[in-house]
Amino acid sequence: MELLLDSLFNGVAIGSVLLVAALGLAIVFGLMGVINLAHGELMMLGAYTTYVTQLIFKLPLLKPFYNSYIIVSIFLAFIVSGVVGILLEKTIIRKLYGSPLETLLATWGVSLILQQFVRSVPLAYGTGLVISLIIGLFLPTTFPSKIKESINFKYYKFSSWIFAALTGVLTGSVISSSVSKLSRASARNVDVTAPSWMRGQIEIIGTAFPKTRLMIIVITLISVIAITLFLNQSAWGMRIRAVTQNRQMSDCLGISTEKVDIITFGIGSGLAGVAGVAVSLLGSVGPNVGGNYIVGCFMVVVLGGVGNLLGTVLASFGIGIMTDLIGAGRLLSIWPDMPLPLSNTINFFATTSMARVMIFALIVIFLQFKPTGLFPQKGRMVEN
Amino acid sequence: MSLSKIKFDKKIVLSFWIILIALIIAAPTLLPVFRLNLLGRYLSLSIVALGVDLIWGYTGLLSLGQGIFFALGGYCAAMYLQITSSSEFPNNIPEFFALYGVEKLPFFWEPFRSPVFTFLAIWIIPALVAGLIGFLVFRNRIKGVYFSILTQASLLVFFNFFNGQQKLINGTNGLKTDVTQLFGQMVGSESMQRIFFWITAILVIAAWFFAKWVVKGRFGNILIGIRDDEPRVRFTGYNPVIFKTIIFSIAGGLAGISGALYTVQSGIVSPQFMTVPFSIEMVIWVAVGGRGTLLGAILGAVFINYAKSLVSEALPASWMFIQGGLFILVVTALPEGVLGWIQGDGPRNLLQRFGLKRKIETYPSLEVNNKEGNNE
Repeated sequence: MELLLDSLFNGVAIGSVLLVAALGLAIVFGLMGVINLAHGELMMLGAYTTYVTQLIFKLPLLKPFYNSYIIVSIFLAFIVSGVVGILLEKTIIRKLYGSPLETLLATWGVSLILQQFVRSVPLAYGTGLVISLIIGLFLPTTFPSKIKESINFKYYKFSSWIFAALTGVLTGSVISSSVSKLSRASARNVDVTAPSWMRGQIEIIGTAFPKTRLMIIVITLISVIAITLFLNQSAWGMRIRAVTQNRQMSDCLGISTEKVDIITFGIGSGLAGVAGVAVSLLGSVGPNVGGNYIVGCFMVVVLGGVGNLLGTVLASFGIGIMTDLIGAGRLLSIWPDMPLPLSNTINFFATTSMARVMIFALIVIFLQFKPTGLFPQKGRMVEN
Repeated sequence: MSLSKIKFDKKIVLSFWIILIALIIAAPTLLPVFRLNLLGRYLSLSIVALGVDLIWGYTGLLSLGQGIFFALGGYCAAMYLQITSSSEFPNNIPEFFALYGVEKLPFFWEPFRSPVFTFLAIWIIPALVAGLIGFLVFRNRIKGVYFSILTQASLLVFFNFFNGQQKLINGTNGLKTDVTQLFGQMVGSESMQRIFFWITAILVIAAWFFAKWVVKGRFGNILIGIRDDEPRVRFTGYNPVIFKTIIFSIAGGLAGISGALYTVQSGIVSPQFMTVPFSIEMVIWVAVGGRGTLLGAILGAVFINYAKSLVSEALPASWMFIQGGLFILVVTALPEGVLGWIQGDGPRNLLQRFGLKRKIETYPSLEVNNKEGNNE
């Protein structure tokens, strides 16, 4: 019983990281048919945001609030990754609409650039750049409508970008002069230390659970609930669902598909940032941190199918629990006296990397029966 | 007057081939050993690029997992070389086994004692694996992005497998080939490398002709049909699954040959050949060279890799930026690639923009070709 609980918890913990990482990918894929290979790098940006936030909260001014930095960094990571995602959509992905394979390659290029950017640009100036992007993109939308409609709007927009750039440079140099760790570029991995209230373990029914893992499960839970509410209750959520079901018809009925694309892509990227916070709690943060999770996310999307969040949820927990069962060789301890050839096979697969091999094989077998995932979209089209 | 339609004089074609062959024969004396070795490696990479062009450029299947077949071919070659030069080691098995306390050769190494089996295995095993993966995926009408990410996942699976099995194939360290013996000579020696260079050059040309033969005629037309409108091909009575599986395993076989040649020239095969970035790089060689042009794939592979080595020698950090930029640039600004741009209307459009050529009012095929007497 205890063993089962332990296994279940580990599986859910692995699955919840996968879920929060794959959620954004699945929503974007469902809506635009685009797989964003830079998703892992958006996660990495989220993880680095956590690191930067942590260091900034160590400054004397913010020291009293240090323990709450992780909560703040969740929101910051959402905004940072979301803004980078919106920029990506506006500059590249929109141009490639209708050719998903080309989008795949272009986003891979973006991911390479982001990785190298983190390696060769000091984090302080990276922060400055992101701040100027946020201001530059959002300041024009806050102008009163009188200015927005005026013929000189582009000049206002231009001057707001100049203002944004100046603010960015200013914050960049302020941060780099006050936090010495951020002032130099480095390709080395960094570590995020959890605040004191998140260290240690909690005991539930005789089993000890690490608090960071519980925190990740809570983050995932909140993200899933928030996204479900947004998609099902808000007006924009309804539009997103409509465009996911039938893009042309929604366009004809007056839904601005362009705006829907931007919002969805922004939210999907923002969720990647939240996943980055979760990932930063699990291990050290480096330029390649996203790559470790991205293929797991693909598996979730393939297994779960598109257009239904429940599929994504079930797929990620399924993969998580299976990873734990196979990778830790738990089947052997549940059923100790199984025949020898079987137990040899299970021992062979009882490492994390071999568990991945096994799970991939299982997914391919599953796809032979349900090629479009757990919850396929219903329709009568020849093409999906 | 697209370039592909120009009929070259027979004399020009002949002299082109003579110059090319002369260059290949003379290359070892013209280039220093280091550069020759690099050129040989890049030429062997161009064979895998030909395969990518066949499946992506002609059939529209974007595989991000060609590294699997590339590495499989490399492992086949390396296993043969290791086992034939293991006579002085304990138990007559390759040296690394002793590190892990393995005394008996794993069963799947046995057939690699035979050179004939190895030469067949280098391309048949990758082709079979590709055929199996392809069949299981295509059978369910999985395609497009789904196919791409499934190939990427299978790449990672193979990487994990090869990386984790120390006792079977030396895991993450890979198999070294440069200190092994072949026909009584060291594989890493200069004279052997020269021979490998010639073999590579010949095989690149052979693979090019083979690929041209594959895409010629009805078979090639069906491939292009699948790329452009698969349901229509299916409704016309063809079964796309068979054609996709065949072309995918052909590409796999080409990748295997390429991997074997690359391995003997770089001196090692390791799971690093199966990393995700390397397999996506193969796609960009084809994309830059021009997809659907075969020659573009070869040129793209050689030139981009040469540029990579030159840039990495000078400014190591900047290659990632350049490569990332290339990915974005080539899909947004130059979707047909360089060769496709030249063969298409690119140069004419450029000249028109500067007012150096007459603007075309109707279709190029009507105006240009009639005027120049190229009416077909």
